[in-house]
Amino acid sequence: MALLQISEPGQAPDPHQRRIAVGIDLGTTNSLVAAVRHGVAECLPDEQGRLLLPSAVHYPEGGGRRIGHEALAAQATDAAHAVASFKRLMGRRRADVAGADKLPYELVDQPGMVAVATRAGLKSPVELSAEILATLRQRAEDSFDSELHGAVITVPAYFDDAQRQATKDAAELAGLNVLRLISEPTAAAVAYGLDHGSEGLYAVYDLGGGTFDISLLRLTKGVFEVVATGGDAALGGDDIDHALADWALAQADIDAATLNAQDRRSALIAARATKEALSDAATTEWRATVAGRDVRVAVGRAQLDAVATPLVERTLLAVRKVLRDAKVAADEVQGVVMVGGSTRMPLVRDRVSALFGRPVLTDVNPDEVVAIGAAIQANALAGNAQDGELLLLDVIALSLGLETMGGLVERVIERNSTIPVAKAQDFTTFKDGQTAMAIHVVQGERELVADCRSLARFELRGIPPMAAGAARIRVTFQVDADGLLSVSARELGSGVEASVAVKPSYGLADEQIAQMLKDGFAHAEGDMAARKLREARVEAERMLLATRAALAADGALVDAAERQAIEALLQATEHTARGDDADAIDAAVKALAEGTEGFAAARMNEGIRRALAGRSLDQI
Amino acid sequence: MNLSDDDFTLFGLPPRQALDRAALDARRRELQAATHPDRFAAEGAAAQRVAMQWSVRVNEAWQRLKDPLSRAAYLCEQRGVPINAENNTAMPREFLLQQMAWREALDDADGAAAVQALDDTVAAEERAMQARLVALLDEQGDTAAAAAQVRALMFVTRFREALAQRLERLLSA
Repeated sequence: MALLQISEPGQAPDPHQRRIAVGIDLGTTNSLVAAVRHGVAECLPDEQGRLLLPSAVHYPEGGGRRIGHEALAAQATDAAHAVASFKRLMGRRRADVAGADKLPYELVDQPGMVAVATRAGLKSPVELSAEILATLRQRAEDSFDSELHGAVITVPAYFDDAQRQATKDAAELAGLNVLRLISEPTAAAVAYGLDHGSEGLYAVYDLGGGTFDISLLRLTKGVFEVVATGGDAALGGDDIDHALADWALAQADIDAATLNAQDRRSALIAARATKEALSDAATTEWRATVAGRDVRVAVGRAQLDAVATPLVERTLLAVRKVLRDAKVAADEVQGVVMVGGSTRMPLVRDRVSALFGRPVLTDVNPDEVVAIGAAIQANALAGNAQDGELLLLDVIALSLGLETMGGLVERVIERNSTIPVAKAQDFTTFKDGQTAMAIHVVQGERELVADCRSLARFELRGIPPMAAGAARIRVTFQVDADGLLSVSARELGSGVEASVAVKPSYGLADEQIAQMLKDGFAHAEGDMAARKLREARVEAERMLLATRAALAADGALVDAAERQAIEALLQATEHTARGDDADAIDAAVKALAEGTEGFAAARMNEGIRRALAGRSLDQI
Repeated sequence: MNLSDDDFTLFGLPPRQALDRAALDARRRELQAATHPDRFAAEGAAAQRVAMQWSVRVNEAWQRLKDPLSRAAYLCEQRGVPINAENNTAMPREFLLQQMAWREALDDADGAAAVQALDDTVAAEERAMQARLVALLDEQGDTAAAAAQVRALMFVTRFREALAQRLERLLSA
């Protein structure tokens, strides 16, 4: 019998085993955190055993903040300062928010994106989201009694660049190392696919509180590939609540427009309870305190269905469009995964089943399935899973392009392109002697710039004067594996160059983030310098481990001189990391990264060579 | 293996227009499994950067090879006959007449069924043209004629996009 190995205290035999990585479903209504424990992905409960954390933040009188269930409870009495559904505000201006005037709290346009006016001051949706993420991070660290290595955070597939960037900013504020942003439907498919081990074409119908996503995924030999995705970033279960509340108020002869924020909130809470009750019961009662009186309206499932049908129809339109995009017939889909609390509504299940001609899959809890999938992916990205087990190939949901003469859009990267992706396109000047060019980056499917979302503007200056049409300006778009865009422009003759990470124009500028961090947000326990030093050391540790592991595995790929150089860099980094100078550690890590670039390239070649060799063997 | 290797070499496929789509997709999965940044998420910045470059390169090649038209254009270019569509718009008279007839039929189409029927006709012609393209590139080795055929097919593709847009509007109305 083999003896079990026990390592020295604080030194796990394999450093990879110590990496705790979580999946976070940052939802419009509720958020969850999940992790793989003892080989099983499960949602982590709070101290009271609750899995769901309501995505709500309350700023009570007398200062401080309350998060989750307490904040939700405060909605009934202090709606203007208990903020919920703020995911719909991420990366948005006030004009973009559908039904902004129906919200019980006040929105104010800020540079970058909208903010909520609370008694604690203006709060951006990024800060509000960071409160939720920090709470979940704390929950996870308490569960494992250890710091987190990182997190996979889910976003709706339909989230555009600004919304993804805002989500990443929120994670940074909450002190989370983001391993990857993945789309919610993909995460759901990961949870389902691994549980069921089936291959083929799947649809994921995700009707959450504030967003609707429909995705088609193909599962082949451990690769989850998003074939096409679509949906509506401003449609969700909340809209059904609003419609039902309006209907009930009309039944009671109350003009919804005359209600104050608090009454409106009570009407909505009652509508949500009514909707949920009707998933099981055939009839129930809508009951709310409005304008000081107790109002009751009897509601049958038929009434709810009538109110919800137009919204459900809108989701079905999007489903048909995605099927057409993918050139797939509804009956080619082998299974339809249902995600989001709103898919518990019998109407939704019936209509979607009818469209696909098969009963929808509901056996994984539709509230938890996204977080569980994210946890599985986080575990794989942290290097804990078996090699080659799982790979997600995601796509961008919206086309990216540039404004050209006449306010027209020239698409550079088409939607549903697999990421990461880069594409260059050449443009030229419009006037003789033109020395500068304005580059306007937009996102969307429409032909006119005015109908698309503006992502960034920047200028390329110093073009040598030439006749109109003679200059060659190469504009390169690059979208990384998180779906985040950067754009650069270069005049090919002179080599003048300009570039922009598509961030400051719409998301928060780096200075804003730095300021928020400095304000002690989510890090009341330690000052900036201590945090910076800790993070620098963690990064150094990560690089040292990764490089040594790579040398152990593929050391044969470097010659003696190169090996010596890398060893010297490793020693320098290790030595510096023992000191207290965060900047010096960062510099050492950077030097190590640069010094190992050739080695990394050689390893990549080796990996591709192995992939090729594997194929030839298969063919023999 | 090198970032500047051509698409066919990268995918280990013969440089031909006829292509086994299943083999292409299988190769792409294998290559992505070897190069995707997620495979190097636990490693440092250098590995991430290299992975990003390669993964982008694999996606670029796959995107180009999977579409028959861009694959043919790429082959023509590799064989020394760039397509230059914007400077080379001369088309046979018959082809132009057919284009005009199709455009008129689209203008006259009064419902989704009529647009769909027209699209079926055009799609059939597109398939026939693509079969000729395969013969020109793989059997006759006539790159110049193939390039002309690619330019003609670009018109057909654009027309089918217009059809799809019309259909989209009719179906979502």
